[in-house]
Amino acid sequence: MTTKTVMQLPEEEYILPGTRACSGCGLSLAYRHILKALGEKVILTIPASCLTVLHGLYPSTSVRLTNINTAFATTAASATGIAAGLKALGKTDYTVVGIAGDGGTFDIGIQALSAAAERNTDFLYICYDNEGYMNTGTQRSSATPMGAFTTTTPGTKIEHKKDILAIMEAHSIPYMASASPAYPLDLFDKVVKAKTIYGTRFVHVHIPCAPGWGFPTDDLVKLAKLAVDTGMWVLYEVEGNVFRLTGRSRRMAGSGKKKPVDQYLKLQGRFKQVTAEQIDHLQAWVDNRWERYLQRHEVSNEA
Amino acid sequence: MSKVKIINGNEAAALGAKISRVQVVAAYPITPQSKIPETLVKYVDSGEMKAEFIRVESEHSAMTVCISASTVGARVFTATAANGLAYMHEQLHWAAGARLPIVMALANRGLGAPWTIFNDMQDSISQRDTGWMQVYCRDNQEIIDSIIMGYKITEQLHVPMMVCFDGFVLSHTVMPVEIPDQDQVDAFLPPYVPHLQVDGPEPININPVMLADPRVNAEGVDCPSYMGFRLRLQETLESAGDVILKVGQEFGEIFGRDYGCLLWEYRTDGADIILLSMGSLANEASLAVDQLRDKGYKAGVVALRVFRPFPAEPLRAALSDAKHVVIFDKNISYGNEGATCTETKAALFEGDERPVITNYIVGLGGKNVSFADLEAATLKALKRKGQMNGPHWLGVAV
Repeated sequence: MTTKTVMQLPEEEYILPGTRACSGCGLSLAYRHILKALGEKVILTIPASCLTVLHGLYPSTSVRLTNINTAFATTAASATGIAAGLKALGKTDYTVVGIAGDGGTFDIGIQALSAAAERNTDFLYICYDNEGYMNTGTQRSSATPMGAFTTTTPGTKIEHKKDILAIMEAHSIPYMASASPAYPLDLFDKVVKAKTIYGTRFVHVHIPCAPGWGFPTDDLVKLAKLAVDTGMWVLYEVEGNVFRLTGRSRRMAGSGKKKPVDQYLKLQGRFKQVTAEQIDHLQAWVDNRWERYLQRHEVSNEA
Repeated sequence: MSKVKIINGNEAAALGAKISRVQVVAAYPITPQSKIPETLVKYVDSGEMKAEFIRVESEHSAMTVCISASTVGARVFTATAANGLAYMHEQLHWAAGARLPIVMALANRGLGAPWTIFNDMQDSISQRDTGWMQVYCRDNQEIIDSIIMGYKITEQLHVPMMVCFDGFVLSHTVMPVEIPDQDQVDAFLPPYVPHLQVDGPEPININPVMLADPRVNAEGVDCPSYMGFRLRLQETLESAGDVILKVGQEFGEIFGRDYGCLLWEYRTDGADIILLSMGSLANEASLAVDQLRDKGYKAGVVALRVFRPFPAEPLRAALSDAKHVVIFDKNISYGNEGATCTETKAALFEGDERPVITNYIVGLGGKNVSFADLEAATLKALKRKGQMNGPHWLGVAV
């Protein structure tokens, strides 16, 4: 199914007005469309993160869906427990969804996530990736890109971002995808598709963070689009063994046009200290990955 | 009809979970409890037990699976020991804070480093302040009975419970155990009704961020603060002793084994010397007391069946005539003394006359403690008049 226009999206809103998220929050925008795709028969589980804050302080909440808060490392184990409990009780019409940030996924939560994926536990895992520990004040995670300032990499991060999707693919899960809040229809369709598949499904969403990355709040969508246009973020999905570029990235594969990474970097305060050598490294890293994706995309198209 | 089986402590624990109709089990291997999940898997695979068995990658995840499955309304069980329990620590707090009726079997084992696989109680004592109830078993019969009663107690109080028993000493030792009749257990223990409905008409945000002061809800009503929730947990544990007694009595009426007590007592009538301990060590102390009585000493045993909630009042009563209390701890709060010694002293603080208290640290890392050791240690303690400074370590030559 491909959604053509925003007019086709469900009108139902699951996030109420007035959340505690920062202004210009990429997560708010992505989450709105994720929840529209999930609908009401869902139980969420969320670890300590920006999303905990968005959901609000007791006794009020800004989200109209049941959520079980859980400890930082435990998202996938918590989803496993919810799925097992519901199955034991014969309540099989719920989608169980774990939603964690990059710290909760790439770092502290990867053990439980890997275990759940290896067991092919039946739940959807969504990683919202703002490329650092933004809720605790912008510390480095293994999702932080090379050249970025964080409070724990004051001289910029020297390592590349961890390829979490490659790790998830190594678990042979039935469905995984990357998405961006700048392309809500692509995101919506991927979550809708993921919802219908049995087993561990993984959706990785790019989440620009105005206070953490240092950009004007009204540049959120512009920046998220530039990430895709430069290949810093690539939209694709892997269903079974089939790799597909999707949306804007698929069109870029057709046109052959990809902007230099510098155009994305220079709009963000976090890359203020980036060196020419680091830019070259990042460009080479992006180009290399893009080539691999193109080859896989072509191969899968031929098949 | 109940029947008697010759089984070890781990099998007794697994049977306890099965007969309690547990619906979700999540567990991870660690000596000396691995036989518990192994046994449960057989029950589940053969269809004898209708449950989801989750082969998790760690104890942290085992407890998390239990927490979330319990939250959605399933009766859950896990088992662990030593470093596995320590690895769960964060989630032990979470389970109690979330007010979930989880029952866990714990085969007590010493903690690394250096490694030991053998028995002491450092593991469970280190989790004293997590908000869990702790029950200590003297034999395998108490293990199966405590697990069945555990669900009835926890589901009433919404506080989790650890059923602790000595690793190897009980976990790997076979003895006759009466297996309660399933129909009678079903009558005693009705199905679990959760206190939250995750699939109710209204969505809920469970265990959200709370502030130090109460906040109003949409109707303008003050809702509890974080500290208010903590107070409720404490109040529940303060009242838990009564529930444990009542359930223990009810169990006794149906199954013929009375658990209407928080302490076990042996030959305490007229005793002015009390040997105090927990778990299987209490059996050894009973043998020591028989020897001491034969020699004319008025000695008896008090064993803490329940360590949390701490039975301060019954303990004061049980020790009211004692002139000497000799406390044997299979744990040590480094830099101080054994935990049951500290807690017993605190319980006795309100009394006018205090007995002479001697604390022995015994049996760490599986060091054998015989009744003869306990008898000799008691005789040595009786020679002392004043209170001691620091604990004695029993049987450490090097």
